[in-house]
Amino acid sequence: MSKTKWNIILRVSRQKDGEQPHFDEFNLEVDPDEYVLDAVERVWAFMDRTVCFRHACHHSTCGACGMLVNGVEKLTCITYIRDVTQNGAKLTVQPLRNFPVISDLAVDMGSLYSRLEIVGARSVLPVPEAEVEKPASSWPKEDQQYIRLADCIECGLCISACPSAATSGEYLGPAVLAGLQANALKYKSLPFNLADSQDGVWRCHSAFECTEVCPSFVDPARRIMNLRSQIIRERLSGLFRKA
Amino acid sequence: MSKPHAIIIGAGFTGTATAHDLALRGFDVTVVERGDICNGTSGRTHGLLHCGGRYAVKDQESAIECIDENMILRKIVPSVIEPNGGLFIALNDKDMLYRESFIQGCESCHIPLEELTPEQALRLEPNINPKVLTAFLIPDGTFDPLRLALSFAATAKKNGAKFRTYTEVKGLLVDGKGTVVGVKATERRTNQPVEIRADVVVNATGAWAGEITEMAGAKVPIKPTPGVMVAYEGRFVQRAVNRLDKPGDGDIVLPQRRMVVVGTTSFEIEDLDYVPVLEDHVELMLERGAELIPAIRTAKVRGKYMATRPLIGSGEGRSAARTFKCYDHKETDNVDGLVTITGGKATTLRAMAEKTADIVCGKFGMNVPCSTKELPLISYRQYYLLP
Repeated sequence: MSKTKWNIILRVSRQKDGEQPHFDEFNLEVDPDEYVLDAVERVWAFMDRTVCFRHACHHSTCGACGMLVNGVEKLTCITYIRDVTQNGAKLTVQPLRNFPVISDLAVDMGSLYSRLEIVGARSVLPVPEAEVEKPASSWPKEDQQYIRLADCIECGLCISACPSAATSGEYLGPAVLAGLQANALKYKSLPFNLADSQDGVWRCHSAFECTEVCPSFVDPARRIMNLRSQIIRERLSGLFRKA
Repeated sequence: MSKPHAIIIGAGFTGTATAHDLALRGFDVTVVERGDICNGTSGRTHGLLHCGGRYAVKDQESAIECIDENMILRKIVPSVIEPNGGLFIALNDKDMLYRESFIQGCESCHIPLEELTPEQALRLEPNINPKVLTAFLIPDGTFDPLRLALSFAATAKKNGAKFRTYTEVKGLLVDGKGTVVGVKATERRTNQPVEIRADVVVNATGAWAGEITEMAGAKVPIKPTPGVMVAYEGRFVQRAVNRLDKPGDGDIVLPQRRMVVVGTTSFEIEDLDYVPVLEDHVELMLERGAELIPAIRTAKVRGKYMATRPLIGSGEGRSAARTFKCYDHKETDNVDGLVTITGGKATTLRAMAEKTADIVCGKFGMNVPCSTKELPLISYRQYYLLP
């Protein structure tokens, strides 16, 4: 933290049952080295108890506090105020896109969780399998015994930023396809068919927005591209199997 | 006879675990939470699945609770746990003086431990301080705080519990005899007042427990005690690394996803709803964390945060026992219909719920055994999917 204090205007998107979204503005004194979530939490603690938002871990492991910050998807618990506004300026927070709003900044991510369940995305996995850039075979054997929480924190930022998810509510979406990729695909199994469908990898338009906004090093775009090549390889070898 | 209705205030660790237990024991359960799941202390927990080693010398009741519950959670909710164990490491002569009492403490609390040579320890964890003098391997772990609570909440929901989030309790409903018969709350989604009646109200608000009991003219000896934690980028270890010494500041570093988290400090506060992260505490975490794992000194900060522990009793900060207590306010303050569960630690959430459900069942003359030790929890994602 620094000794400097900034005065900012926090613009919070408000939307209660049946209302049209609108903004409420709050004048706040902040430390520029605080996080955006700290500012939102202080509005709730001291200024307006009806502001609704999700948050839990405050260090990027739970994925609850995703919001649009000045129009861009951010995990607000690790987004420094210094990086998104300046002294005397405004700072705008809105709910994530492509999910129904529960209230104000809180959205219903049921569609994401249900698809993650369907594809069997793992929440814990052996350490070598959790890494995308380092092949599991290059790890020492003893490291196979270690289990760790997956990189994906199921925050929904990638779904919010994805132009394909915006045009089709049926699209599985980046986080779900990334979860599929982390599991080995079996030809003609249920997850394989889901991935190899119009709402699977072929819906992706390669905008790479998902990887751009992912706060947790999942790199969904790269995983989707990898899934496509796996599927094409399987399809081709499937042709030869038939012959 | 229809099922008795229990309201649980708070959807942190104790609230969600108690909802799970009471739903299994035949209660209609409604959880009332002012924010979303785990928005208070529970969500911001360090994430150490304690094996009890930290408490084995001075607070053996807590140590035994920790090792027993650690083993149970590994079985019933493996999908939220990094089960890789932990190390206690000695770095100087003062730490070595603690060695003997640590061994004895762990042995008397049935905490399995294995002493390693410095070479063995460095082979297992190459990033710990190379000045390590001795190391003990113990069964610590790391958990995902939100998803631990969600797993209990999901299973409770499957068994009929209802969750009313964004509903802030403003007062208690009390009948002519002074018995608590429900809660008065505000729905944050609509800004409308609401009253919910129940046969019993369980106060599972942790550090905020005193605010609820005050509404009924009852008291609990809670001392809210925040601590600061800092997460750094880089998974430098696979195991939780503890300093071999009596509990102090910044003496635990644990891995979580691609991070390590250093914690924690201990201070007292007035206003519970917003506690600032103190800069000198952040600096202390860097100093102390880097003693255990030198690479932390050059690692990038990922997040700085705090959580407020609900400590019970009169002990100051670190000297307070970390065990939990459940109060039937009929016994303590002659206020019927209100039970408070507080104190404890994340690792002991299931045991806290068992104790609470025992007391609540007792109030209704119900003799239903607890079944949460064996029953695997369902996927945390189901919390968002079940009606």
